[in-house]
Amino acid sequence: MRRYSAFAIAREALRHHTGWERAWKSAAPKSRYDVVIVGAGGHGLATAYWLGRNHGITNVAVIEKGWLGGGNTGRNTTIIRSNYLQDPSAALYEKSRSLYETMSQDLNYNVMFSPRGVLMLAQTEHEKRGYLRTAHANALQGITTRFIGPAEVKKICPIMNIDGPRYPVLGGLWQERAGTARHDAVAWGYARACSDMGMDIVEQCEVTGVTRDGARVTGLSTTRGDIACDKLGIVVAGHSGRLAEMAGFRLPVESVPLQALVSEPIKPCMDIVVMANTVHGYMSQSDKGEMVIGGGTDGYNAYTQRGSFQHIEETVRALVETFPMISRLKMLRQWGGIVDMTGDRSPILSRTPVENCFINCGWGTGGFKATPGSGWAFAELMATGASPLTAAFGMERFREGRFIDESVAAGVAH
Amino acid sequence: MLILDCPYCGVRCDETELTPGGEAHLTRHGPGSDDADFERYLFQRRNPRGVHLERWRHAYGCGKWFHAARHTVTMQVFGTYPAQTTEPPADIVERIRASDPDWTFGDDT
Repeated sequence: MRRYSAFAIAREALRHHTGWERAWKSAAPKSRYDVVIVGAGGHGLATAYWLGRNHGITNVAVIEKGWLGGGNTGRNTTIIRSNYLQDPSAALYEKSRSLYETMSQDLNYNVMFSPRGVLMLAQTEHEKRGYLRTAHANALQGITTRFIGPAEVKKICPIMNIDGPRYPVLGGLWQERAGTARHDAVAWGYARACSDMGMDIVEQCEVTGVTRDGARVTGLSTTRGDIACDKLGIVVAGHSGRLAEMAGFRLPVESVPLQALVSEPIKPCMDIVVMANTVHGYMSQSDKGEMVIGGGTDGYNAYTQRGSFQHIEETVRALVETFPMISRLKMLRQWGGIVDMTGDRSPILSRTPVENCFINCGWGTGGFKATPGSGWAFAELMATGASPLTAAFGMERFREGRFIDESVAAGVAH
Repeated sequence: MLILDCPYCGVRCDETELTPGGEAHLTRHGPGSDDADFERYLFQRRNPRGVHLERWRHAYGCGKWFHAARHTVTMQVFGTYPAQTTEPPADIVERIRASDPDWTFGDDT
């Protein structure tokens, strides 16, 4: 792999950019691998990357039904934060956030991590008390957050209307080192690094069945032939239920559409990320100047990657009250992603009832922020059989009643 | 926008008038059941990519719970039926089979 650098740009400028090579090799699947990861989104690729980097396992294939990073990795609103209430979540998300800080250097790929700060608005008394509690919990977990009052909110984000009356701003939970990153670049950077380690990234390859020898997984059938493997990692987000069904077990997961939309580009007006959880409105400004808006999920199962119009209407209606200046903006694009929701709104990183088959799913509406940490922890689980970061996230927690309850703890957003 | 007919009051309602209630035909396990049954009842779901039988409440109407048969990819609605039943009625099964001949009603929860 040729490294990207300022020198490389200068060199290519002198020879009409003829020396750039493909970032990752397009591979045909071999008949056998040590580890096969299903799903070439951020989490799947990060898992493969850390399997190679931390555990020396490079006979790995990452197979993908569509194109690389074309699912929720390319559909989210790119928010990165770690201000969670429960200790296991805080540990996992903070690991992830800290890996984002050095990701561009680690991968030699600019993922445009921008620690611009994330502000979670308290717009009801209940929410305010909840965030005060989270700020105290974060202090104990060693995560730097603080609760700020309305005056400081207005200072950090002048375009906000803090007076209400419908949605007054009573303060906010402020995490200064949280922010955003370029979502596609995260997938591309990992793919390039995995390919460089000799791993195969196989796109346009849909899994049609999971083969087992008794209770042990032995491989996959795919639209591009059978692939044998010692270990199988399922990292397919909204379609986890389908893969689990093929492997022969059922998940505590339901799939629903989550929507986002972006406006026409405007001049810089907002240099932080604001999350208004009461009204399901999440907004930041991209480097291109578009206002990136995330909405709420549909209340019923669907795989449409579209979502219901009423949720967009709700989100925009509420945001216009808090940000009056966006009322005249035209929206350019709207889309949906299929998110996998668990009962406690926390992910599953787990062994499964099928031996040597592991699953990483249930990230619900907030998986992007967890991409590097999820890969780190899941790779450790797959390689060694256990990881301190995943210990609390086993799928058996639902049977045993050991929930990591972020749905009540964090209001709604994840 | 999803539109369903309430089988009780006959009103054609769009989804803003309704409250979704999740998968239908779950076996409600009670005291004395084992942990695996409780887990199935409370958490584990079929989550099909295809035909889905689900519960809805006509919240801003007659207030009653009913069931709907819907396709989770095409959003086609095969019909709605009253909630006081343990399986979908024959005419709805027929309409489902017209679009998915292999579909069977699996009451394994």
